[in-house]
Amino acid sequence: MAEHTPESDNLDRVATAREQPKSRWSFQIVWLIPIVSALIGGWLAVKAIMERGPTITVTFQNAEGLEAGKTKVKYKDVEIGMVKAVTLDKDLKRVVATAELVKDFSPHLVEDTRFWVVRPRISGGTVSGLSTLLSGSYIGVDTGKSNKHRASFAGLETPPIVTIDTPGREFTLRSHNLASIDSGSPVFFRKLQAGQVTSYQLDKDGKGVTLKVFVNEPFVQFVTTNTRFFNASGVDLKLDASGIEVQMQSVVSLLLGGIAFETPDDNGRVVTAATTETPFRLYPNRAEALKNPDTDLAKFVLVFSESVRGLAPGAPVDFRGVVVGEVVAIRADIDPKTGQIIIPVDVNIYAERMRLRSRIAAKAPEARQAFIDRLVDKGLRAQLRTGSLLTGQLYVALDFFPQAKKAPMNWAATPTVLPTTPGARQELQQAIASVAAKIDRLPLDEIARDARTMMGSADKLIRRVDTEVTPDLRQTLQSGTRLLQRVDVEVVPEAGQMIVDARKALVSADRMLASESPIQQDARSTMREVQKAAHAFRMLADYLERNPSALLMGKKEDTP
Amino acid sequence: MSATGASAYRLGLMACHTCGKLARPAPGAHEGWCPRCGASMHFRKPNSITRTWALLIASVILYIPANVLPVMESSSILGSQTDTIMSGVVYLWVSGSWPLAIVVFVASVVVPLAKIIALAFLNTSVQMRSTWQPVQRTRLYRVVELVGRWSMLDIYVIALLVALVQLKAVATINAGPAALAFAAVVVLTMVAAMSFDPRLIWDPLENNDGRAHA
Repeated sequence: MAEHTPESDNLDRVATAREQPKSRWSFQIVWLIPIVSALIGGWLAVKAIMERGPTITVTFQNAEGLEAGKTKVKYKDVEIGMVKAVTLDKDLKRVVATAELVKDFSPHLVEDTRFWVVRPRISGGTVSGLSTLLSGSYIGVDTGKSNKHRASFAGLETPPIVTIDTPGREFTLRSHNLASIDSGSPVFFRKLQAGQVTSYQLDKDGKGVTLKVFVNEPFVQFVTTNTRFFNASGVDLKLDASGIEVQMQSVVSLLLGGIAFETPDDNGRVVTAATTETPFRLYPNRAEALKNPDTDLAKFVLVFSESVRGLAPGAPVDFRGVVVGEVVAIRADIDPKTGQIIIPVDVNIYAERMRLRSRIAAKAPEARQAFIDRLVDKGLRAQLRTGSLLTGQLYVALDFFPQAKKAPMNWAATPTVLPTTPGARQELQQAIASVAAKIDRLPLDEIARDARTMMGSADKLIRRVDTEVTPDLRQTLQSGTRLLQRVDVEVVPEAGQMIVDARKALVSADRMLASESPIQQDARSTMREVQKAAHAFRMLADYLERNPSALLMGKKEDTP
Repeated sequence: MSATGASAYRLGLMACHTCGKLARPAPGAHEGWCPRCGASMHFRKPNSITRTWALLIASVILYIPANVLPVMESSSILGSQTDTIMSGVVYLWVSGSWPLAIVVFVASVVVPLAKIIALAFLNTSVQMRSTWQPVQRTRLYRVVELVGRWSMLDIYVIALLVALVQLKAVATINAGPAALAFAAVVVLTMVAAMSFDPRLIWDPLENNDGRAHA
């Protein structure tokens, strides 16, 4: 405690500070701050590293709506990550989005995990992604089922139609062309929407299109190995041998295209549920699709010599109105032996439809051949007929022509040739031709000459008749006339007298036979007498029969 | 630069930081309590260099999360987003608010970093008893002290926004973990600047051994 003086320059007067006990800790405590901050920092760093999810790259055609640090990655609308960078790949062909995902999603990053950008889009008649108008686009994810892990993906340009967890099954259809189908086109079952077309691609050989369709859960059970898929797009207008046919599935499919499937009755065939691998064909229309399966078909060749204009592959082979097959191909050949041009037509005959299945199909081919031999023997022939006068389409008719020339089958050749008979058109043509030929062959000149000489001689004859016969004839006629006059004068009066006498005789006879005449009355009374006599006689006979003794003993008196 | 006249240290005197009273330490001691107000007295700030280092290291450590972690989480009907300081600067710059971007960048990125570097430099020079440009170094120290409190700017902004924008469904803003780290950095650098004793800059010129007490 020193007292304060104004002379500050007098250093001796400076007070002495009170002593502090030396603290060893003071200088250590400050190091707690960096240690604590290091701990905090370290913990944050460790946490960040621990929580750090996988980083993936997804490539897209363009980066529309993708923003580094803004665009989110969402799975079922749950945020699972964030796009960290959007760059271009080396050859500037694609955009590479690098995204960091949450750790929990790591096991789902497998080979068939799909990424796409969700933007507002209008496709297939549906509007999707409208919410992204406000919030900005995001990358959608659909998990895969594979086991192989992946970190770089090729993004889809369009959102997948169905996600992996949609209950249902995907089927593969092969088709000649895409018609008016698009991905997203509906798949109908009994006109209910049962699924959608998910994707399509051209086959590698360019000879067809492979479509993938997804059928939703309750409908999957109706897809069997026997199911037929057919194009139900828009209006199907067909003009063929059976006339005009219009088919339409629904207004939606009219606008968007669509596919329908149907399962024909399985005629006792074993039917199993279809799997994803089951190959299906996409038929162009329902009629094609529901044709009987070509399980039991017999191939034949029909050789026609006439024109087949109007006959097209697919034309029916018809047996009295029942379609039993179809034309497969039409060729033109030159018969090397005769040098004639013939037209072989390949047909498929569906034996089932001729109800041969039960009896023949099961048996050996020999039995079937024998059967067909018998039919051909009876006159089974193929014939071209006009199906529609409107279109001029032809069809092949099978029928019996008992007058047809015998044509034995040659079973050695494959396919077997089935004998043909000229068509109705051709028969008519042939008939006309033969008539024309006969007319051609007539010796018209000679006939004309003969006719002329005949005319000349007839003329002469008539002249002779005129000069020589006619006078005689006139004399004969005159004498006839005279004879008739004599008969008139001499015979007719006599005859009149005779008729009068005869009439008198008839009148007297008439009087005699009239009912009141005495002769009649006499005859009637006489008959009555005779009747009475006959009655008495019958009485007597009866009595005698009862009492034969009366003949000897006399009639007994009746006892009173 | 040599000082004119004697310094308190030369005369064996200490000034009280609180009331300015000069006093001599008790014999054999280097510090004591102020005889007038009872505050702690010493020739130089005790353990100044060590303390400054400790606080600087702590602020360097915390500077990393402050810049890496999101400083603000804003969510609205248009979606939610988290921003780090740098992404905010970039956003401001890209959206055309260059002056704002520059202000935020300077206040939140440059200044704390500059402070840390400046203090590290001063501390190193003192430790090495450097005699280089003592006036400039002192001036630098003053700038560091002056600027310190202004780098709290974006913490203020966030605090204001968090308080104002709480419209639940429509829009909310929350401070992210980086805000805390950033505030800690600012505080720590300020404390570090306070714990640094600028008199140590001059000690080598006076041939004092101020470090013995620092």
